[in-house]
Amino acid sequence: MAHDEINLTLNVWRQSALNRKGGYKQYKVRVNTHMSFLEMLDVLNEQLISSKDADGPVAFEHDCREGICGACSLVINGRPHGPMQGTTTCQLHMRHFKEGEVIYIEPYRAKAFPVMKDLVVDRSSFDRIIQSGGYISVNTGGTPDGNAIPVEKDQSETAMDAAACIGCGACVAACPNAAAMLFTSAKVSHLALLPQGQVESQTRVKRMVAQMDKEGFGLCSNVGACEAECPKEISIDNIARMNRNYFGAILSSND
Amino acid sequence: MKKFDANIPEGPLAEKWTRYRGTMPLVAPNNKRNIEVIVVGTGLAGASAAATLGELGYKVKAFCFHDSPRRAHSIAAQGGINAAKNYQNDGDSVYRLFYDTVKGGDYRSREANVHRLAEVSTDIIDQCAAQGVPFAREYGGTLANRSFGGVQVSRTFYARGQTGQQLLIGAYSALSRQISLGTVEMYNRHEMLDLVVADGKARGIIARNLISGKLERFAAHSVVLATGGYGNVYYLSTNAMASNVTASWTAHKRGAYFANPCYCQIHPTCIPVSGDYQSKLTLMSESLRNDGRVWVPKSMDDVKAIRTGAKKPKDLAEEDRDYYLERIYPAFGNLVPRDVASRAAKNVCDEDRGVGATGLAVYLDFAAAIVRYGKSSALSEGIANPSMEEIKKLGRAVVESKYGNLFEMYEKITGENPYYTPMRIYPAVHYTMGGLWVDYNLETSVPGLFAAGECNFSDHGANRLGASALMQGLADGYFVLPYTIGTFLSKEIRTPKISTDLPEFAAAEKNVGDRIKQLLSINGTRSVESFHRELGVKIMWEHCGMARNAEGLTKALGEIKKLRKKFWEEVYVPHTDKNGEEFNPELEKALRVADFMEMGELMIRDALNRNESCGGHFREESVEQDGEQKGEAKRNDKDYMYVAAWEFTGVDSEPILNKEDLTFNDIELKTRSYK
Repeated sequence: MAHDEINLTLNVWRQSALNRKGGYKQYKVRVNTHMSFLEMLDVLNEQLISSKDADGPVAFEHDCREGICGACSLVINGRPHGPMQGTTTCQLHMRHFKEGEVIYIEPYRAKAFPVMKDLVVDRSSFDRIIQSGGYISVNTGGTPDGNAIPVEKDQSETAMDAAACIGCGACVAACPNAAAMLFTSAKVSHLALLPQGQVESQTRVKRMVAQMDKEGFGLCSNVGACEAECPKEISIDNIARMNRNYFGAILSSND
Repeated sequence: MKKFDANIPEGPLAEKWTRYRGTMPLVAPNNKRNIEVIVVGTGLAGASAAATLGELGYKVKAFCFHDSPRRAHSIAAQGGINAAKNYQNDGDSVYRLFYDTVKGGDYRSREANVHRLAEVSTDIIDQCAAQGVPFAREYGGTLANRSFGGVQVSRTFYARGQTGQQLLIGAYSALSRQISLGTVEMYNRHEMLDLVVADGKARGIIARNLISGKLERFAAHSVVLATGGYGNVYYLSTNAMASNVTASWTAHKRGAYFANPCYCQIHPTCIPVSGDYQSKLTLMSESLRNDGRVWVPKSMDDVKAIRTGAKKPKDLAEEDRDYYLERIYPAFGNLVPRDVASRAAKNVCDEDRGVGATGLAVYLDFAAAIVRYGKSSALSEGIANPSMEEIKKLGRAVVESKYGNLFEMYEKITGENPYYTPMRIYPAVHYTMGGLWVDYNLETSVPGLFAAGECNFSDHGANRLGASALMQGLADGYFVLPYTIGTFLSKEIRTPKISTDLPEFAAAEKNVGDRIKQLLSINGTRSVESFHRELGVKIMWEHCGMARNAEGLTKALGEIKKLRKKFWEEVYVPHTDKNGEEFNPELEKALRVADFMEMGELMIRDALNRNESCGGHFREESVEQDGEQKGEAKRNDKDYMYVAAWEFTGVDSEPILNKEDLTFNDIELKTRSYK
């Protein structure tokens, strides 16, 4: 198979550490179109290492490179995870880019996701939202037989659609208000749609929404960019479901 | 004092665990509050162990090197998790799961541990369902199952092609709950770089804060490692980029025996290597072999025509295709275990019948399944006399509902659409059955140091069956370790809080600090990546990969020593702080690769020592010479029915081999045949 090579100009955000001033640096790379976007960055880093570049290699987050761990991020030409629908950066391949193209690569921008270095941001706010209530309170052991609670197939599928969220934060990066509604609502929906999650669904949604606000995420104004940029195509219906759930919980609340 | 006794409880096999659990020493709740446990790793084994220990009342500190515990590589497991529920009424039982696992592991696992695994498998499904894991369901609302390789029942539970992710989210949410309750303190972005042993017991770790780059000391009464496997020794594998052996390896250097390091699983269905730039390989779930048929062309003319593109796979008539798994192994067909399927693929490629530009690929074809499902759909939807196009359309919809995300992933990576042309696949390193030696309590040879999940050696013998890694990780973490750790901790209730001021902590911290300074001071010319690639591709895969022989292994032993020397002379690790006190992903990688360089040597030594073929370990010198099994792997029970537990004596000196003899009282030793 003939491997096509293309030349690219990259404008990459470089920032030495948290709260330091950052800026774009320009680099030229020649890459194979069968590479993934991250393998293209590997090529750039190999160049920067062999030339002992003063800024060192570009730091970016990645791990599974199979589109499931949610570690990779990046805003590529203004779009979280780049131009392809339903695709994480690690699954984006260079065959979708043209010879001579100029590419801008920057980190997610959100108050709740501070930039740690170059393209790496801190997303621990997501962990704290889950810690505030994103679970079903059962201890290990003593649970009923797996088939004791039947779950309607369609309902289970809808819960699975929501549970497919990989926690990458693209929804926040895509949102003009940097809201975390799609992430939070996906988790709320996943559990609220299942009979096992019904028991504490009201406390859960109240606590998770409160934590989301506390972390400094913005408000939702129904732009819908989160759904459009989500690499797992999580539906914005989840936000509507969470809102219903939330108002129901507030209205029936005794506290 | 080293412990090297398997500590298998007395009694009949099926009652050992229940009896033992009912009589083992416990730690009272008021004492648990004062006992600290460190858990390293937050994949399925680590997250479930940390959560459960927290629920029990221990003071837990959990560590992961990711930015969030949810990103551990358990997340990438696709196909499913086994459990002996017998929901399908197809004859499954605890004994059958035990039997399949021991046989699948080629009789190189410890009988009592495997039986316990099969017993607790059913509790795992109940636990996960209660946590809200969205398992696939039937229309009646009950849990659905599918089949995996090496078994003749349907016992695999799944959540689309994302089972690992969903189970990990379950364990992570249980862990998150304990974090919010204050029983678990979570340390993200911390990588364990040394184990602290004081008075002969594991009492803490040295971890590097990956953001500040500073070394930090953490003390506890006991340490649990749940740090995964070492498949990344091979550079190209289905492991995540950062998966590494460092935690287990430092424990090994501090006295923990390493068992069966040569047992590596090479998974038959991965997307083939396409070029030198490739950073990792991607698995296509074993579940695809439920419906996909594996083949290569029969004639060399067709092979050539396909490689040049003159013919497309669909141009070949049925009779011109060699469905070699169905031909050689009629009883199991495309669902033979992984090691068997991988070797068969290697054999047809060695015969030069492989497809694709490199000739290192075989087809996994869904055309027959699409037609079969299409016909069934047409029938159930009442479509009379459907055309072949209609049938295929309906069939593709069924296949999409089963494997949609896998097909999508394949298309993203290769640019080819597997609904219309067969997938090209080739074996790749996937999982390591070897790991830290543990006794029945999952305690290593260092008292107080426990190992759970892939990082121990205990349950899979020389080959792991599909959908059993998730089962073992969660069995260890939810249902085994939280009990068995009590056997050690019950003796520690009078031990006060361990201080990080002990001289052993200072010594371990200095050891790590010196290693970091040395790496940074080399200032050579070659990147860490280039060394890793050379180690993995040129040495390990070439000589200690799918087929091994004494000559190649001996050669590899020399080469790896030379490469290691070169690494410490020529590597260049970019930095601005000479002590490494900064966020520096290249330094993280350098520390991991430095350990792979040492680990690789142990794997080669173990492979050289084991002059038999068993499971994933295939020695070309040990092959059946005649009869029905001619050409298949030949096990040697007389000389090698033992666990090889290696003891560290120094980086450049030979390790000591300790042997734990394996006995099989409840299962008959047979030649593993899938024909």
